[in-house]
Amino acid sequence: MKRVGVFVCHCGTNISGTVDCAQVAEAAKDFPNVEYSIDYKYMCSEPGQEMIKKAIEEHKLNRIVVASCSPRMHEPTFQNCVERAGLNPYYVEMANIREHCSWVHPNEKEGATEKAIDLVRMAVAKAVRNQPLQKTTIPVTDRALVIGGGIAGIQAALDLANAGHVVDIVEREPSIGGKMAQIDKTFPTLDCSACILTPKMVDAAAHPNINLLTYSEIEKVDGFVGNFDVTIRQKARSIKMDVCTGCGICMEKCPVKVDSEFELGLAKRRAIYTPFPQAIPNKPVIDREHCTYFLRGKCGICSKLCPAGAVDYTQQDELLTRRYGAIIVATGFELFDYSVYGEYGYGKYPDVITGLQFERLINASGPTMGKLQRPSDKKEPKNIVIINCVGSRDEAKGKSYCSRTCCMYSAKHASLIRDKIKDSNVYVFYMDMRTPGKGYEEFYDRSREQYGTQYIRGRVSKIYPLNDKLIVRGEDTLLSQPVEVEADLVILATAMVAQPDADKLAQKIGIGYDKDNFYTEAHPKLAPVETHTQGVYLAGACQGPKDIPDSVAQASAAAAKACGLLSKPEILTEPIVTEVDEKTCAGCGTCLLICPYKAIDLKTLTERIAGEIVERKVATVNEGLCQGCGACTVACRSGSIYLKHYTDEQILAEVNALCL
Amino acid sequence: MSVNEALDQKTPTENLENWQPKILVFACNWCTYAGADLTGLSRLQYPATVRILRVPCSGRVNPQFVIKAFQKGVDAVLVCGCHPGDCHYTTGNYFTRRRFLLMRRLMEYIGMEPERLQASWVSAAEAQKFQQLITEVTEQIRALGPNRKLRDVQWEQWNN
Repeated sequence: MKRVGVFVCHCGTNISGTVDCAQVAEAAKDFPNVEYSIDYKYMCSEPGQEMIKKAIEEHKLNRIVVASCSPRMHEPTFQNCVERAGLNPYYVEMANIREHCSWVHPNEKEGATEKAIDLVRMAVAKAVRNQPLQKTTIPVTDRALVIGGGIAGIQAALDLANAGHVVDIVEREPSIGGKMAQIDKTFPTLDCSACILTPKMVDAAAHPNINLLTYSEIEKVDGFVGNFDVTIRQKARSIKMDVCTGCGICMEKCPVKVDSEFELGLAKRRAIYTPFPQAIPNKPVIDREHCTYFLRGKCGICSKLCPAGAVDYTQQDELLTRRYGAIIVATGFELFDYSVYGEYGYGKYPDVITGLQFERLINASGPTMGKLQRPSDKKEPKNIVIINCVGSRDEAKGKSYCSRTCCMYSAKHASLIRDKIKDSNVYVFYMDMRTPGKGYEEFYDRSREQYGTQYIRGRVSKIYPLNDKLIVRGEDTLLSQPVEVEADLVILATAMVAQPDADKLAQKIGIGYDKDNFYTEAHPKLAPVETHTQGVYLAGACQGPKDIPDSVAQASAAAAKACGLLSKPEILTEPIVTEVDEKTCAGCGTCLLICPYKAIDLKTLTERIAGEIVERKVATVNEGLCQGCGACTVACRSGSIYLKHYTDEQILAEVNALCL
Repeated sequence: MSVNEALDQKTPTENLENWQPKILVFACNWCTYAGADLTGLSRLQYPATVRILRVPCSGRVNPQFVIKAFQKGVDAVLVCGCHPGDCHYTTGNYFTRRRFLLMRRLMEYIGMEPERLQASWVSAAEAQKFQQLITEVTEQIRALGPNRKLRDVQWEQWNN
């Protein structure tokens, strides 16, 4: 027997100023199953809640309708209240007669009262059909996975490890460090990037709670919050990690030379190599695509020379499956390929370089030992042009967004050049200077005033070679006149873009990504490091262009979120999930296709029908993964899958109640 | 006597000048329901013609609910959710969009004014848009008049 109690709140005069609350309470008495109905000044207050509890006892109420503010405001309050009175919290239904009624119809008192009555009638119809739901607990594995070993990944891992959780860092390159390891100096302080990064890399490697899985990639992610089963492919390094001492003899003697990825093509590396001297782990890998031994079956010099006998040509990729409670995605960014721009020479002029290539050229450990010389003829450049927004803020050929860091690193490049070559001229072509950040505007000011960088507002329309110079033609839009610079070197501030395979990783993990393949946060303001997949967090530039301070801040935020999850042995799950009626499910699998969380699977049922053992497939829902959107319920042809608390019956009852 | 004749005879003589439509809004919990809350918080006014029904996602709205609402005498149904690409559940509103387009075709096929079924994307920040939307739809439906095509409830009531 359903016995409904209706409680109409005045909210001071917020509701009762427009809606005749007494009339609403009176009208509710005639609704089916309503045993008790009353109005009161503040239902959410202590006496209001006491009133509900007392009424539950006195009138043996077992469904409660509260007509007050938005459920987004006070649903938990009233759920706790009825729970204290011994009822299941999901027996509460709310009618929103404040935000959706009294506040928006102050001049229609009659209409508003009529509407409030309708809303209460709908809530009563639904409440009668509410089922008791139980929050369940699922265990949490106290181990975190950090994907990506750049500064964001390292910071997140260190924070988690310091809080006492075991962390695995998966990095696909042979060393951790990421893009920050390639950078020379950092704005706005101009301290050396390696000097602040490498100690953190060492800390991560030495930390007892951190395991580094370098030269490894994510193969598959199964499971759900607290229990992700992740398969990691450890690529064959061809080096026995436990034997290698990192002496480096093999790298000196290897006869093969190929373009170094770390030096962005400005220097060569061997086929057996570490990406850079401070690499961690400082043990080489063999690049099987270029190694003579793997290509032709002979050579083997590294193996012969290795004093420890660590070279092993027979190593195979290994698959490792581990269970994690939380995942932090920190896969970083890539740089925009500017070869789509004909005006900048399609990437064919050797003296047109990207900002990151410049970082290597001016870096003391770079290919030129920090001596700034242009790539084509090794001459010291005197006239240098920096072009901002290459690929950023260009919907036609590039990306619509601002890459956030370029204005600042261009100002840094200009300052570094003027520091090294006193008689040089640096011209920066820009659209708008964007310097939001602590000390950023001052840094930009210094680059103009102290270092004498010349800023030209306008775009470059063409770069073409003339003798050994590059002629840069553009427009100064502030003076409305064309400008031409005879440059020795041109640096392009190329946009930050998502990793080329960011979408594939997102699909493996089951997180969202935007039109530019950056990962989507759960809420842009209030949940900036969470994803819509519980237990998966974002850090760094994989979520959008970011500079180092922002990446580090976000990494620590993600680590704090993951700590919150991992520090409990089990977590409560929302019971509003779908359930399958196995009797009528035909096992067609339509719901599997529609589910955005991969929460539905097919399982085989074995039944005895008319004396025969029959096997058939039915859908089954993983409650840990299901987020309760209900998309599958609409797609089900036989209506065999239903969403608890929002069943067809409940929603139709509300529709019916509205129309009475 | 055909159903239509019966309807013509039995329809109560309504004063259409003061007639207010009854509009059912399916609002997703994450965007439009919150947007409607914000409309209230901002004290923006709109006609008291709508009844908002909360669903977790616009993708939860079964076309059956819409038909049922029309049968029960609702004058218009509005399905609202997050903007495409912003769905809390990643893809729910894409299904809504496809279903909506099909439903509109069905409405035309059975001879109902397609304007009686509308879909709109209202984010949690778009209070003003929600206000305008409700005001406009109310005006449109007022111009169309009551839904008589599928309202079986009234038909039963008039018979009694």
